[in-house]
Amino acid sequence: MTRPAPMIEVSNLDKFYGTFQALKNIDLTVHQGEKVVICGPSGSGKSTLIRCFNGLEWHNSGRLVIDGIEVYEGAKDIRELRQEVGMVFQQFNLFPHLTVLENLMIGPMKVRKIPKAQAEETARNYLDRVHIPEQADKYPAQLSGGQQQRVAIARSLCMETRIMLFDEPTSALDPEMINEVLDVMVELAETGMTMVVVTHEMGFARKVADTMVFMEAGQIVEISPPEQFFTQPSSERCRLFLDQILAH
Amino acid sequence: MQSFLKRLRWPDYVIVAVLAAFFGYIWLSIEGTLNYKWRWELIPGYIVGWHTGREEYFANLLLQGLVATIRISIYSGILALILGTILGVARCSANLTIRMLARTYLEFLRNVPPVVVVFIFFFFLSQQLIDALNLERWARGIARQEDNQIWTFFFGEMRRFPSLVSGVIVLALFESAFVGEIVRAGIQSIPKGQREAARSIGMSHMQELRYVVLPQAMKKVVPPLANQFISLIKDSSILSLISVQELTYKTVELVASSRMIFEAWITTAAFYFIVCFGLSRIFARLEKKSEKR
Repeated sequence: MTRPAPMIEVSNLDKFYGTFQALKNIDLTVHQGEKVVICGPSGSGKSTLIRCFNGLEWHNSGRLVIDGIEVYEGAKDIRELRQEVGMVFQQFNLFPHLTVLENLMIGPMKVRKIPKAQAEETARNYLDRVHIPEQADKYPAQLSGGQQQRVAIARSLCMETRIMLFDEPTSALDPEMINEVLDVMVELAETGMTMVVVTHEMGFARKVADTMVFMEAGQIVEISPPEQFFTQPSSERCRLFLDQILAH
Repeated sequence: MQSFLKRLRWPDYVIVAVLAAFFGYIWLSIEGTLNYKWRWELIPGYIVGWHTGREEYFANLLLQGLVATIRISIYSGILALILGTILGVARCSANLTIRMLARTYLEFLRNVPPVVVVFIFFFFLSQQLIDALNLERWARGIARQEDNQIWTFFFGEMRRFPSLVSGVIVLALFESAFVGEIVRAGIQSIPKGQREAARSIGMSHMQELRYVVLPQAMKKVVPPLANQFISLIKDSSILSLISVQELTYKTVELVASSRMIFEAWITTAAFYFIVCFGLSRIFARLEKKSEKR
């Protein structure tokens, strides 16, 4: 079987904040339909890396190509790229002045210029898929954290994205709400979406990841399939990290 | 009232007694030396006058002034809101030149006395604008028409239209700086995540502002903007210096012709107070109501 086309190609990528090097010489390839889970201690550059993928941060050197579009600061087609690449944030970042339905419709209507009726149909469809069709007319503040995060996922999906980035999607949630979000993400993975997920939810990683990435101090320390990653990681540092978060 | 009286303790009575004695003393000494003849009974006639020839009531100086002040405040309030929003957005712009221009304008207004600012705007801007647009002739044309009630309702005496326009422009320019600062604070109070979320679904900078940042920011800045509007009403009295016929100007006129210095100014003060205090109570109540929702 030939491997599907690469969706994300990162080579020799460096990122600086002033003199601090946040990302060092990153090389990573994500193929279509592949699920990549990135983990690592806080401050290791995981979020920075995926924020580079849709131009919320800009890398300083190296090459980054997403779905055939080269990403660099000032790239003309960055807005087209962002429509292809969905991002789910730790803090949900729903628009509090809009209802759930309006949150889902504003992107398709204003950015993709899709007629209202069609945008609403798509929005309701995706609300069904994240299992909260009955919340359509509420405001984000009236929903629980888990529900808000599912709305946020649906908002990205409404743009008919080809890649989904998740930046610690369950870290701000109360424990009892984590699973409802992870369930939605597992279902999304089953549809064949290309996903890059920054998370510490190792149960989720075991279930859906095709590739595990371990980062530390701005570098990728280990890239391996999950069965190898969880049983015999090649680096000592990675083993220590796994011991710590899997201890309980 | 009952509960208010109950809350008074003996120090309160002492303070009231001392103050009463003090002002009583001053009152008596003025009465003795100033030789001022109070003519309060004439004041109502200067608010609503009786036209003996036409046998009807008409709005006299003070009421004319009050209405003009309200008109000017509303128009320049709207204009200041528009200009101030642009200025506030400019202050948050990614472009350095735009940011510096907005900043310069703001610092100029903050560090030059209002009266000087008003004169500068008047002579350098609104006068030129009125000449350039030939407003003077246009307004006189309308004033001569028979059927000009609508114009008069919105803008008062059309012969004075150019002066009203320059008053509105000057006041709006002056207040726009403060509105701009309020709007800027509102924009900056919107969490960074909101902008990132907007950008990550592919919105342009303008769309991000229009659909995500401004609607939220504007909601937040309503209370400070309401207060700024009250300041604007008070500041409108400066316009009397450039002969805009608002309440203060009319009071000066009244004082000059009737020499009722104290009565006229006290009445005018009461007018301003009633309008501004009334508005601030209404705004406070609206704010409380919207908080409950």
